[in-house]
Amino acid sequence: MFRYFEPNKIFAITSKAPKYVLFLFIVVLTIGLIEALILSPEDYKQSDSVRIMYVHVPAAWISLGIFSSLTLLSIGSFIFKNKNFALIAKSLAPSGFVFNIVALVTGSIWGKPTWGTWWAWDARITSMLVLALFYGMYLLAWRIYEDKEEVVKITSIIAIIGVVNVPVIKYSVDWWNTLHQPASINIITTNTAIHSSMLIPLGLMTAAFALFSLLIFLMKYNTELIKLKNKGLDRL
Amino acid sequence: MIIEIISMNGYGAYVWSAFAFTLTSFTTLYFVIKLQLSKEQKRFANKFGSLSIEKAKAAKQQTINNEILSNISNI
Repeated sequence: MFRYFEPNKIFAITSKAPKYVLFLFIVVLTIGLIEALILSPEDYKQSDSVRIMYVHVPAAWISLGIFSSLTLLSIGSFIFKNKNFALIAKSLAPSGFVFNIVALVTGSIWGKPTWGTWWAWDARITSMLVLALFYGMYLLAWRIYEDKEEVVKITSIIAIIGVVNVPVIKYSVDWWNTLHQPASINIITTNTAIHSSMLIPLGLMTAAFALFSLLIFLMKYNTELIKLKNKGLDRL
Repeated sequence: MIIEIISMNGYGAYVWSAFAFTLTSFTTLYFVIKLQLSKEQKRFANKFGSLSIEKAKAAKQQTINNEILSNISNI
């Protein structure tokens, strides 16, 4: 099955897809921004500061999703000795890291008017900071050990240890008393405590952020493939 | 209405800075990755150009190399 995902076969698609994804991203982001900044209502308690949610929450969701995918791919590349999995995981990491930083910074900006502080060593904020450190270590390991055989092993170990933190982030608001409120949206039961007037911009911004991570992934993946082919030309 | 959107009931500085930081991060990441990609494409084109006729022929047998070259010529 993995044969169908070999770089030689999918490069024709991955090299052409970015321009279409970029176009779609700009369209969805524009609609999302209009919804988030102008059309959606203010919150009865937080007033207009609630609009920060439309960048903070999608960024946090996607950074968690990317780290989980990256770990699965790392395990896959380790078990099946499939280098393409490692390449996909490596290409996902930069956008995951940036989303993590965006979630931390926008959370800090939202914290000031809501809690009266820029930063608190609250369980969720701290666990998100730990995730950023794991992302940092993962990216650094690729940079340091890129030309060595053990790079897949080292990055896989970092991802596997780091993924333990993902359920901690998710359930930190239930396990400890934190400044964060409990989850308002449950993907499994599709229960939501958010009104559709706020859910629509949140969904649109999440879709826009997902498209952006896909765009960055495709561009990074193409870069890595060309890098490999450059090495191949040296060996000719 | 425009002033209302800018001031956001006194939360404008927080809201706009959060959105500005997000969009600046996205733009920076996009251009950094784009720069890396075009650097590798240029390296590939240079290396390919310096190959002997036989080696270039052998390299062209791989579809992916042709795809890379066609993408470079489209830029």
